[in-house]
Amino acid sequence: MRPSEIFHPHPAPTYHALPHPLATIRAGISGFPSPAEDYVGRTLDLNERLVKRPSATFFMTVTGDSMEGFGIQDGDTLVVDRSVDARPGHIVVALVDGEIIVKRYELLGRRPYLCSGNDRYAPIPISDLDCQLWGVVRSVIHEYPV
Amino acid sequence: MIGLVDCNNFYVSCERVFQPRLEGVPVGVMSNNDGCVIARSNELKQMGVEMGTPAFELQNLVNQGRIRLLSSNYELYGDMSARVREVLEEFSAGVEPYSIDEMFIRADGFKPEQLLTHAREIHRKVRQYTGIPVSVGVAPSRTLAKLANRAAKKVPMFRGVCVLTPDDDATRHLLEGTQLGDVWGVGRRLVERLAIMGIRTAWDLAQADPKAIRRRFSVTLERTVRELQGTPCIELNDADRPRDRIMTSRSFGRLTSDQGELQEAIRQHAQRGAEKLRQQDSHARAVLIFLKTNRHRLDLAQYSPSAVVELPEPTDDSRLILTAARQGLETVYRRGYRFMKGGVMLLDLVDANRQKLSLLDTPERADQRDRDHKLMTALDELNQRMGSGTVRLGMPSKNAAWHLRCTHRTPCWTTRWNELPKART
Repeated sequence: MRPSEIFHPHPAPTYHALPHPLATIRAGISGFPSPAEDYVGRTLDLNERLVKRPSATFFMTVTGDSMEGFGIQDGDTLVVDRSVDARPGHIVVALVDGEIIVKRYELLGRRPYLCSGNDRYAPIPISDLDCQLWGVVRSVIHEYPV
Repeated sequence: MIGLVDCNNFYVSCERVFQPRLEGVPVGVMSNNDGCVIARSNELKQMGVEMGTPAFELQNLVNQGRIRLLSSNYELYGDMSARVREVLEEFSAGVEPYSIDEMFIRADGFKPEQLLTHAREIHRKVRQYTGIPVSVGVAPSRTLAKLANRAAKKVPMFRGVCVLTPDDDATRHLLEGTQLGDVWGVGRRLVERLAIMGIRTAWDLAQADPKAIRRRFSVTLERTVRELQGTPCIELNDADRPRDRIMTSRSFGRLTSDQGELQEAIRQHAQRGAEKLRQQDSHARAVLIFLKTNRHRLDLAQYSPSAVVELPEPTDDSRLILTAARQGLETVYRRGYRFMKGGVMLLDLVDANRQKLSLLDTPERADQRDRDHKLMTALDELNQRMGSGTVRLGMPSKNAAWHLRCTHRTPCWTTRWNELPKART
């Protein structure tokens, strides 16, 4: 059996937790640093920061430029959480006419709309569409070529 | 009380989470190698397409665009199953996986009127968090939970959730309307023998005298009667249940983090599973292994992984199944976690005798298969005669030289960075 056929679907605990820097940055003068601040063995895990509920978290890749006004660029990775109930102002992933799209969910005059981060695209009224909210975007990962 | 959570049309539902266009379309999922249908959407079922239909017989419908056939994507299904299980772990008092798409949950400690609310909550949460639609059946015993689940799925009035309490008119009504063949653990032959005694429905069987049933039939059927009466007496790994899936698991004697020990436990389960597979003349298409830490030990790190390994072709060969189970374990094992339980599930069973010969089959392969079959038969006979575990397998490795066909496989949306779904802005 080829290694590519071995699946490990469970969100395994990461082995790539980053060591926490021992030098802590202090804002302002606030007395002596706590001795607990640099206890040994502490690590920072990006999963812990970005993924609040693994069972409901999915990643997606962005295509298109209409959300650049909200800091979402072509090729970015979205962290989508389905356990969050969408509220106005959330960036959401929605299913519209059989397609997966990412927009900002807003109420305009008490009616729900999907809005772009670009004036060239008019807000889309949800009520007129075959539209289903899929999940709420918790964060956007933008990687620079280095 | 015991709940059974069953994912509706699981494989198709997994595909639909990421392909909204498949909603409402008749969709089938095919096995990779022999190209027959192993999972169907409701729409496809309604068109009269049976389980196991060879894909080429459906080619016309595919060409006309009337149905969609997909290759199986076990990586996706394994991940989605783990997510469903995780949600259930979070919202219930304990989860026992029964197959990749069915899980028993503990539902003790609720007042009767709270139970329905709780079951509805679980129904809604799994759907929202994972995108997978499920049916929930809750009842005093596993056999009744199975029936409740069936009702939840089939009767629109229940809207996916059915709670059965003993001595309830609704329970009686449901049992009266249930054919014996639809009762968990009652096979076709039993149905005929019971019919002679005038026992035709689940209700009839529930009214029978358990002791008389035991004398005329078996302990197994006696237990079924008691279960129908609302007394739980079937454990999950009941060896006598005839099954459409095979699941072997057990709690370890003590918590262990030793890979060698886990390896051994998983190997035993896989071996036992393969034996059962041969007993009932089936082949499996994939192997799922899982581990569990003790969730009640709040002082310990928690990790309950699972992995699905696809077999190169449907098989009942212990060696192949063991290899797959070992590979699954290797990929999920992490040091530093103390596991309490582990198990092996054999997925997508097919009737060994009806297995289609693969196009890739050569006379050499056929010979090899014969030899393998003889070897396995000898192994089982020895173990039966001299006691279970007389002959055991070490760690053979066998390389499958042929490649799988999976031209219609959807991306592994949730497990590979380069196959993530695309969201258009």
